[in-house]
Amino acid sequence: MISFSPSEEQQMMVNLVRQFATDEMRKVYRQSDEKGQVPGHIIETAWEMGFISSCIPAEHGGLGEQGSALTGALIAEELAWGDLSMAMHILCPYLAVYPIVEMGTEAQKRDLLPHFCSARFATGTAAVIEPRYDHDPFSLATTAKRTDGSYVINGRKCFVPLGGQADPFLVYANENGQTQAFLVEKGTPGLEIGEREKNMGIKALATYEVALNNCRIPAGNRLGGDRGCDFGRLLGRSRVALAAMAVGVARAAYEYSREYAKTRIAFGEPIASRQAIAFMLAEMAIEIDATRFINWEAAWKLDRNEEAIKESSLAKMYADDMVLMVTDRAVQILGGHGYVREHPVELWLRNARGFATFDGMAMV
Amino acid sequence: MIDFSLTPEQEEAVKAAHKEAAEFVRPLSRYYDEHEHEDPAELHKRRWERRRRAGMGMPGAGPAGPAAILVSEESSWGDVGLMMCSPGPGLGGAAIMASGTREQVAKFLKRYEEDPPKWGAMAMTEAGAGSDTSAIATTAVRDGDHWVLNGEKIFVTSAKRAMESGGLIVVWATVDKSAGRAGMKAFVVEAGTPGLKLEKVEDKMGLRASDTCTIVLEDCRIPYENILGDPEVRKIDPNDSAGFRRAMATFDSSRPGVAAQAVGIARAALDFVKESLEQEGIKVRYGLPRNKLTSIERDIMDMEANLKAARMLILRAVWLASQKQSNNMEASMAKAKAGQVVTKVTQKCVELMGPLGYSRKSLLEKFMRDGKINDIFEGTGQINTLIVARRILGFSSRQLK
Repeated sequence: MISFSPSEEQQMMVNLVRQFATDEMRKVYRQSDEKGQVPGHIIETAWEMGFISSCIPAEHGGLGEQGSALTGALIAEELAWGDLSMAMHILCPYLAVYPIVEMGTEAQKRDLLPHFCSARFATGTAAVIEPRYDHDPFSLATTAKRTDGSYVINGRKCFVPLGGQADPFLVYANENGQTQAFLVEKGTPGLEIGEREKNMGIKALATYEVALNNCRIPAGNRLGGDRGCDFGRLLGRSRVALAAMAVGVARAAYEYSREYAKTRIAFGEPIASRQAIAFMLAEMAIEIDATRFINWEAAWKLDRNEEAIKESSLAKMYADDMVLMVTDRAVQILGGHGYVREHPVELWLRNARGFATFDGMAMV
Repeated sequence: MIDFSLTPEQEEAVKAAHKEAAEFVRPLSRYYDEHEHEDPAELHKRRWERRRRAGMGMPGAGPAGPAAILVSEESSWGDVGLMMCSPGPGLGGAAIMASGTREQVAKFLKRYEEDPPKWGAMAMTEAGAGSDTSAIATTAVRDGDHWVLNGEKIFVTSAKRAMESGGLIVVWATVDKSAGRAGMKAFVVEAGTPGLKLEKVEDKMGLRASDTCTIVLEDCRIPYENILGDPEVRKIDPNDSAGFRRAMATFDSSRPGVAAQAVGIARAALDFVKESLEQEGIKVRYGLPRNKLTSIERDIMDMEANLKAARMLILRAVWLASQKQSNNMEASMAKAKAGQVVTKVTQKCVELMGPLGYSRKSLLEKFMRDGKINDIFEGTGQINTLIVARRILGFSSRQLK
């Protein structure tokens, strides 16, 4: 039966995260962007909310709950509303955890999952994106060649979140024309973590270039072993996560610029009384809701184990455009004040433009 | 729980509607588009009998559930003009359901359950009052046991059919012009009432199978009891009156339905393009990054996403109503988006198909002509955007014009 109402449990989660975002994240996000660092207390408090360990099977130390994409989308939207860098940092472990839980071999689950049920934040990461304008996750330049009992990986990756501290790395590579995933432990010879990247936005999130130079790993480190992984499904899950985050960022920008427009007086009236501004805001509201719902549909299909490449790709593409439109308009509505770093909208616009690039860079 | 599934019965209803549209309605589309004022009698008979058999409630006369919206999308995918000219109480029925007493509902709508087929209409718009409904100048003056109506209404859907079938026209008139919106009331005028005249039937860009008319009321006397709801003029606040809100309440339930029509037409155009391309071996490669997609793939993905967006907004608006929650803003969001989407999608599809799109050999150009009105009637895109803007800002119509 068609319904747009989250379950009670989901709503409780949303309320909890929204509170955290309002009370904690929003207090420090500007300094974090300026300094390029997320305060430790934000990460540890979020860790204690148990998003990561909840979907790890009980036998490996987690709560063994169903890792719902829809619930993840609801949470991701709230975290991103708080701050995108922090949201991506907080959810970074999922980049390794979710693929292992859903597609890993028993040995991989046994070896790697318990680490993420620890008392303090522990993270893995994924290396997907490549430093080329025509980067294509289905046609990667990074290669994985099977030789004897090993795989040898060669290539260059960028936008690897928390590459400086993550273990393991889930490296996506081209194996005989197909994208597969390979678990590379921190410190493996040939895994070279580069300099921390400097980006237009997500400045508080530490991302890295990573080079694979004849990086040799045991054959058993291929995600899913002989079975391999369903990359389309992983990418779909990532797109749902990112689209949800885009909705969160857009919502933040929309709410802020709406309130500004109601109080900013020009020509004797609030600028919100002028159709040009009012119509911009109305369209922003419409597009935010629309994006959220088409993304919910994609997430809902993933939760039903249905094919969702089309829905998740459409949702991501739509979200990429929407979040840019909304944040751009937010800056425009604030006029000159939107251009200075005293207000958050310029930060949200810098963050928003990245979504078109952030493919595979977050997961729920 | 968030859910987008349909029950088996709902799925069946959607499938049946699509089958009917594809097999029975589409073959008639071009003929009735080219022969604007001819009557598709075979279609009327078929639909009337189906209504009787199904014992369905009045279409458009109450909030349509999410599944009914999807059924409406299929019928619209078929042919909106041919859908709109179906016998039934129409928007007039919706007005009666929204504003009438229980007795009035029973009395006036009973005829739509009895042979022969009848039509109903609602007359609101005037030459000087379109988006500004409160500017209507048609008057209703009490005279003993009667109201006397005087005025002219334009763009009345199905007025001719209503008048020729023994149906009803619900006419909005003012009992006190000085009271503004508070003076607006709805009056049931039966076909055949002296003083009710059909003045004109429009020749239109699209939706040609549906009759769109000008009617004149000249000292038209109707029984006093034919006023819907309360005859009192409550001059509380000219900007906030129950009569006006009742008229507008009709739209909160009809707006999503009309938006669904738009989505049906847009999808008809998009389906045509996708099928044509598939015949040429062109398939959309959904997972690929933007840079790798051809221009046509990007256009199609863009249109599909926008179509989904419109549909979701409609379903959300209708779902709220089904939960007995207010949906005024959400209905306007859905209508604004859907009107814009059908315009953009149908126009882009004609462009993409080049000479095949422009030719009357196929229905694609008709979908564009049929689609355009969707951003205009039942609340223009601009008015609906204005309503959304007022709601999100918490502004009155004085604060945001």
